Amino acid sequence: MTMIPLNILPIVRKEFRQIKRDKRILSVLLFVPALMLLMFGYALNFDVKHTSMAVYDEDRTSVSRKFIEQFFISEYFNKVQTLNSKAEINGLLDGEHARVVLVVPSTFTKDIQRGGAASIQVIVDGANSNAAATVLGYINAIVQQYSVKVMTESFIRMGRQTMTMPIDFQPRVWYNPELESAKFLVPGLIAFILMVTAVISTALAIVRERELGTMEQLMVSPIRPLELILGKTIPYTIISLFATVAILFLGYLLFDVSIKGSILLLSLVTFVFLVGSLGMGLLISTLVETQQLAFMIAVFVSMLPTFILSGFVFPIRNMPYIIQVITYVLPARYFLVVLRAIILKGAGLSAFWDQALILVIYAVIMIGISSLRMRKILA
Amino acid sequence: MWLGHKRQIAAGAPIDSDYAVVAEGLTKKFGKFVAVDHISFKVKRGDIFGFLGPNGAGKSTTIRMLCGLFSPTEGSARVGGFDIATQPDEIKSRIGYMSQRFSLYEDLTVEQNINFYGGIYGLEGSRLEERKRWAIGMAGLTGKESMLAHALSGGWRQRLALGCAILHEPPILFLDEPTGGVDPVSRRKFWDLIYDLSHRGVTVFVTTHYMDEAEHCNTIGLIYNGRLIALGSPTELKHSLDRYSVFEVQCTHPIDAMEMLQTQEWTTETSIFGSAFHISTLNLPDGEKIIQKLLKKEKIAVSRIEKIIPSLEDVFIHRIAEEDSRHTGVLH
Repeated sequence: MTMIPLNILPIVRKEFRQIKRDKRILSVLLFVPALMLLMFGYALNFDVKHTSMAVYDEDRTSVSRKFIEQFFISEYFNKVQTLNSKAEINGLLDGEHARVVLVVPSTFTKDIQRGGAASIQVIVDGANSNAAATVLGYINAIVQQYSVKVMTESFIRMGRQTMTMPIDFQPRVWYNPELESAKFLVPGLIAFILMVTAVISTALAIVRERELGTMEQLMVSPIRPLELILGKTIPYTIISLFATVAILFLGYLLFDVSIKGSILLLSLVTFVFLVGSLGMGLLISTLVETQQLAFMIAVFVSMLPTFILSGFVFPIRNMPYIIQVITYVLPARYFLVVLRAIILKGAGLSAFWDQALILVIYAVIMIGISSLRMRKILA
Repeated sequence: MWLGHKRQIAAGAPIDSDYAVVAEGLTKKFGKFVAVDHISFKVKRGDIFGFLGPNGAGKSTTIRMLCGLFSPTEGSARVGGFDIATQPDEIKSRIGYMSQRFSLYEDLTVEQNINFYGGIYGLEGSRLEERKRWAIGMAGLTGKESMLAHALSGGWRQRLALGCAILHEPPILFLDEPTGGVDPVSRRKFWDLIYDLSHRGVTVFVTTHYMDEAEHCNTIGLIYNGRLIALGSPTELKHSLDRYSVFEVQCTHPIDAMEMLQTQEWTTETSIFGSAFHISTLNLPDGEKIIQKLLKKEKIAVSRIEKIIPSLEDVFIHRIAEEDSRHTGVLH
């Protein structure tokens, strides 16, 4: 076969004109990413701080007061109410007023001074299970810390000068030291946006031609399948990459997320993921006849699983085993690992070559299958 | 303005043939369904070839095979001298194609549509500008270049679609029901354009339902159930009914009359025609007298009976009835 220069430009130009004309698509492609970044960055906040706590101190001693104080010197809890009787606890967690009730029993001081195990009771609103678990973790930490303090003091009183704990726990959180959700979400958002723009817009762009009958006109023209596919996907590639840059830029401006690793590596992996996603969009467009159906399928295979199952919002390790198995077929799952590694950790290829390899395989498979299907339809 | 098509013909096809399209035993099966069944015909260069038949008869399938969209299951065809099975790319750059759906991008302007179609046929620079001016002038859209195609009325869109389909000056033009859903005045104008193209040497292959359009073709092929059941010029086809005489009868009880006449062995076909009916008869000299006598016996008063020249419609109805009876085994 002789090499004929590819005639792609007319299709690219036409596609851009149509995108420009269609305000809906344009706004979906440009504003939705920015909106999502704001939404997810600010609203979807997993940091549990300033939890409202009600306190029932049955003991009312200086010891119990000192213990209770520990909770409110941190930023994790706000005291919203002091209860005077046990009966007041009933119904307290029903509203938004308080999320946690701390009950210090009347035997608290006595038990501590006897050196025995004093107990306290914590009642947590478990409706938001993630937050409840985090709150319990904080309470546990505060109680442990205070126990150690009490123990040390009693040792000193008993005549020993110092006391060392067998294990000194010194936590350091790397890459996202303040444990901010935004840092965790920005890389995930890139994967999400790319998946959505690439898969949905590609699927729609091709099915639209078939639905309107213009595809037939292209098929009797000298345009070859490869030219058509490239001409159709290049505009969405450019827009998707533009959206990526915008998210990174906004992430840096608003949430101080900077790219720690290689930008070249980031671009390469993003491109590979994008190619695979465009392939998936093409594949969908070869399977259905109407834009409506194409949109539904594209949302179902790209948007929903990427949001719910890829580890973008919900950690995969917390999912039931069966669901965890399903996540292995999601390309976004691997892309997310790579994105977080490059952006947050500054990691190099050696840290995630296996994930990157899976993405390459995904791209090759998607482009392969969709080209075969496309050839069948166009030729 | 229509310059350069000769150059394309010279560059395009082997010059050994007077025919732009030659089909031999062309067949297309989809699974067990035979959509096109061994059809053969030739279309002379510069002719208008009308391809007629009811919906689902195989018209579009034939046109798509000829345009290189899919290859035949059996048989072969050459378009512009190129084999449709092995040289579809050569064919695609030398044909124009326009279907009933007009295939314009409604969200693009008139000019953007032309630019796009010009672009995919590789037109650029001064040639594109020249052809654009020609297409806009031909479609009567001068001054409306930046209107959205969506806002154009049917006739304009149809002419713009034709303009887009022949920007690259193809020597052969395929039109698949190009006048469907267009008003009579626009239809007329459109056919003027087609005659003009034909006079300039372009071969036009057109499918239609309209009998008046069929009358204007040099050659007509009638396809029915995938088979070509009539082929010839309109005059030839009408003369093919010479053994038959068709009468138009105006009488008091036309339905009863038709029922009665249908029982006669020489009757081949009766059909209502306005307030009268047509009856076609085989080998029946002095038919007027015989029919009148029979109806008189039944006390049906005949106000008018005359022998008529069969229309193309009569020919097609006749041919289709003949074809049907061959299959059901019932003989008229």
